[in-house]
Amino acid sequence: MNDQYKSVELDRAPVIEPGHTFGTVTEKISAIVLNRPASNGWFIGFGLAFMLTMMLLFAIGYLFLRGIGIWGNTVPIGWGFEIVNFVWWIGIGHAGTLISAILLLLRQSWRNSINRFAEAMTLFAVACAGIFPAIHVGRPWLAYWLFPIPNTMGVWPQFRSPLMWDVFAVSTYATISALFWFIGLIPDLATLRDRTDNKALKIIYGMFSLGWRGSARHWHRYETAYLLLAGLATPLVLSVHTVVSFDFAVGIVPGWHTTIFPPYFVAGAIYSGFAMVLMLAIPIRKIYGLEDFITERHLQNSAKVMLATGLIVGYGYMIEAFMSWYSGDRYDAFTVWNRLHGPYAPMYYALLICNIFIPQLLWIKKLRTSPVALFLISGVILVGMWLERFVIIVMSLHRDFLTSSWGMYYPTRWDWMTYIGTMGMFLAAIFLFLRILPAISIFEMRALLPEAEVKE
Amino acid sequence: MKRDPIYGIMAEFDTAQHLIDAARATHEAGYQKIDAYSPFPIEGLADEISQDHHDVQLVVLIGGIVGGLTGYLMQYWMSVVDYPLNIGGKPYHSWPSFIVITFEMTILFAGISAVFGMLALNGLPMPYHPVFNVPRFSSASKDRFFLIVFSSDKKYDPAGTRQFLEGLAPRTISEVPS
Repeated sequence: MNDQYKSVELDRAPVIEPGHTFGTVTEKISAIVLNRPASNGWFIGFGLAFMLTMMLLFAIGYLFLRGIGIWGNTVPIGWGFEIVNFVWWIGIGHAGTLISAILLLLRQSWRNSINRFAEAMTLFAVACAGIFPAIHVGRPWLAYWLFPIPNTMGVWPQFRSPLMWDVFAVSTYATISALFWFIGLIPDLATLRDRTDNKALKIIYGMFSLGWRGSARHWHRYETAYLLLAGLATPLVLSVHTVVSFDFAVGIVPGWHTTIFPPYFVAGAIYSGFAMVLMLAIPIRKIYGLEDFITERHLQNSAKVMLATGLIVGYGYMIEAFMSWYSGDRYDAFTVWNRLHGPYAPMYYALLICNIFIPQLLWIKKLRTSPVALFLISGVILVGMWLERFVIIVMSLHRDFLTSSWGMYYPTRWDWMTYIGTMGMFLAAIFLFLRILPAISIFEMRALLPEAEVKE
Repeated sequence: MKRDPIYGIMAEFDTAQHLIDAARATHEAGYQKIDAYSPFPIEGLADEISQDHHDVQLVVLIGGIVGGLTGYLMQYWMSVVDYPLNIGGKPYHSWPSFIVITFEMTILFAGISAVFGMLALNGLPMPYHPVFNVPRFSSASKDRFFLIVFSSDKKYDPAGTRQFLEGLAPRTISEVPS
């Protein structure tokens, strides 16, 4: 390491605070699961999230009983909250895969302390996302028609449709994310198996750790598989939101039919995903005393990713507006006019404020390193990204080619209950995850310590 | 065949560097059937105890190829052979539309092969293994490093191997009952 590089390194906050050893890292992270009793705060938080989950089930139950007429979806807005929320949730998941796969390939070792719960976040977000298209099909008991399963009618799915591509992209994404998360957990489950005094827990963790014993041959294959999986997950995660954007871009609706959608959707996904990572990481590090492992460096780096992807999203908005003028297409031009002056204009301005203007505060180092400021800005970004999907979906559909088919969309209480319910389900899953599994990857943290270095 | 009551002799070390040096010395002393255990992956350790493996890569490659072919041929067969449907005048064999699902199936099959291939090649899941009989081995998942010479090694003899391992200055030495 040359001196110039070193001075740059010294300037930064460390990835792990100094003074930790293999033993202290192991004890500190596994103690959260094994020794620390669940606090009252945990029970209150989990209880609230669980009640919201029950509300979700109630809303879905009533939906199955009455049909999608209970929602605000009406022609011409056939894609209301359900698709807005689907795209929002699946976008949030993207940061987890970016952190675990892309940053691994780029050798960004700071990712090691946040990849585990970011991957958990991905899984739970994809689970929330998956609910929406399934309950949106109208006859949810026939949702399996989406898959190419032989049936008595002898027909097959229509593979020329982007909606079919989406089915494959999202289900592959969910499967690969789950596998990636699980193989990352195996060595840590073995650690928990060896640390716990509880006989039943020992058996359960032992079963899920598959008898992992840390053999050098196993580690060698393990690392190869992990790296290959990261290499496979990288194009996958970029493809998922690209395919989601095809759901719109392949259609001819003004405001949808544009080639900027794939990169701008992917950037937006990572933008909202990092916002969610920060909204989870900031309270978790505070409550569980993990400031040594999730340091200022992690917060700053995440803020920088948000700033960069936010600017790409801003560029996307700019190109959308420019192309509607440059193309000379009157319907496209009207879409932009309608955003600025139509009935939903306040939502478009709110979107610009949340996604473009407020995040510029991240240029200020003081705010970038302040957990409270980051938490609030992340919240604003999550709202902004939800508004973006609302603007794209509802505002494009409510004013299309024929004035006779113009309309308005008013979400009902069932739409809201379903949306807020999925947030409860997401949080309930996060609460359980924190108590049952190590929230930080223990073995990858050990590998970051200076004493882990060997010379040949 | 009668099983040897002793599975091997295990030496415990404090640091990763110590383990990698000991593994190299043991390998150079002519021991073939050895293994090392560590709480995190150590670069180059696998080279000290065995030949380099490329088996996972091969499994993933085959999985990816099978996945891609499955994806494309499935779409071809369903849309061209089994139930051709005219959709907006597009050709039955609309290959550009088939690319996305072909890609996703490639990733899906390759990813599943990576995980299950790795586990199968490692012989996992394996709930029982003799090394767990050593009480101190529970630190192998925390902060200790272990080297084992299996009793099935040609050069293995209970006293001589023990003496050799003692020469590597380990923290403790234990016999592993099988």
